[in-house]
Amino acid sequence: MSLLGICEWLEKTPGSIALHESLWVYPLVESVHVLTLCVFLGTALLLDLRLLGLTMRRVPVSEAAGQLFRWMAAGFVLMVLSGSLLFYAIPVRTYLNIFFRIKVVMLVLAGLNAWVFHRTVYRRVAEWDLDPVTPRAARVAGGLSLALWAAIVVAGRMIAYNWFDKPGVH
Amino acid sequence: MCIEEGEFRLTLLPFFEWCENSGVGHAIRDSLWLFPVIESFHLLALALIGGAVLVVDLRLLGLVLRRQPVASLAREVHPWLVGGLAVMVTSGLLLFTSEAIKCYYSDAFRTKMTFLLPAIVFTFTVRRKVATADEARVGPWWGKLVGLVSVTLWSVVGAAGRWIGFSG
Repeated sequence: MSLLGICEWLEKTPGSIALHESLWVYPLVESVHVLTLCVFLGTALLLDLRLLGLTMRRVPVSEAAGQLFRWMAAGFVLMVLSGSLLFYAIPVRTYLNIFFRIKVVMLVLAGLNAWVFHRTVYRRVAEWDLDPVTPRAARVAGGLSLALWAAIVVAGRMIAYNWFDKPGVH
Repeated sequence: MCIEEGEFRLTLLPFFEWCENSGVGHAIRDSLWLFPVIESFHLLALALIGGAVLVVDLRLLGLVLRRQPVASLAREVHPWLVGGLAVMVTSGLLLFTSEAIKCYYSDAFRTKMTFLLPAIVFTFTVRRKVATADEARVGPWWGKLVGLVSVTLWSVVGAAGRWIGFSG
């Protein structure tokens, strides 16, 4: 079954229809998505800014990362769950939407960026933990993360607009 | 302000109508891209404010970075909070101008404004005072209370804000 086929099947399930047509639950899920954006992305942004030496310069990087990680992880899980529900409510249109596709690609890139950061320069964090200005590789990772997440937020907001949708799809 | 049928009633409706009919309001409504682009800035600033507010509130609640003094953390994050708020208010005013009449009749908008004013005042008065004060002098329970009030006020602002888009 193709991805589109799966989306078409999803769209016909009672849960998807109920969510799509609900008066309160859909907006509620949207609100959860936006508020957890503050929790996950807010803490992630602060860590990126720390890597760039732009805030919390006297806080060791590993302490900031370690202390905020739980909140980031919890925000991320809620964000993915609420995001999946939003997709489930409108699967076919979302799947065909160009901004959704851009968002997915950017999400993968942001994940890769974080993975590379943790596998490389962050392994030696003990050597630069207290530096107000972190090594170049860490600054690049922080900058990339900021740019990617900004793009993800913008693309995410744009999914709601239908400038490029094929006629007849909704 | 206007007077209706013998009963004296203050209303802001004419002001909202003026906003809606302003050149800026027209320009944003007539453009396909402007509203979503401004919305995106509004959202990015939200994430920034969310982070800047949350990290200090969580610290006040004693949930993160307990080895860091509240005061230095609050001071370090403060410029980002102010910057985020500046972008937020500017983009918010622009969004509002383009759909002022809808906002006038929207319960979500009213709720948001009702909580936004106390949230801002609280953040820059009580919260700032407690966060930058000597921790030994203030006592941990005041910090916890302030953190809780702050996170609650801002959450309602955020949720009600998202809800404006669903009303009307």
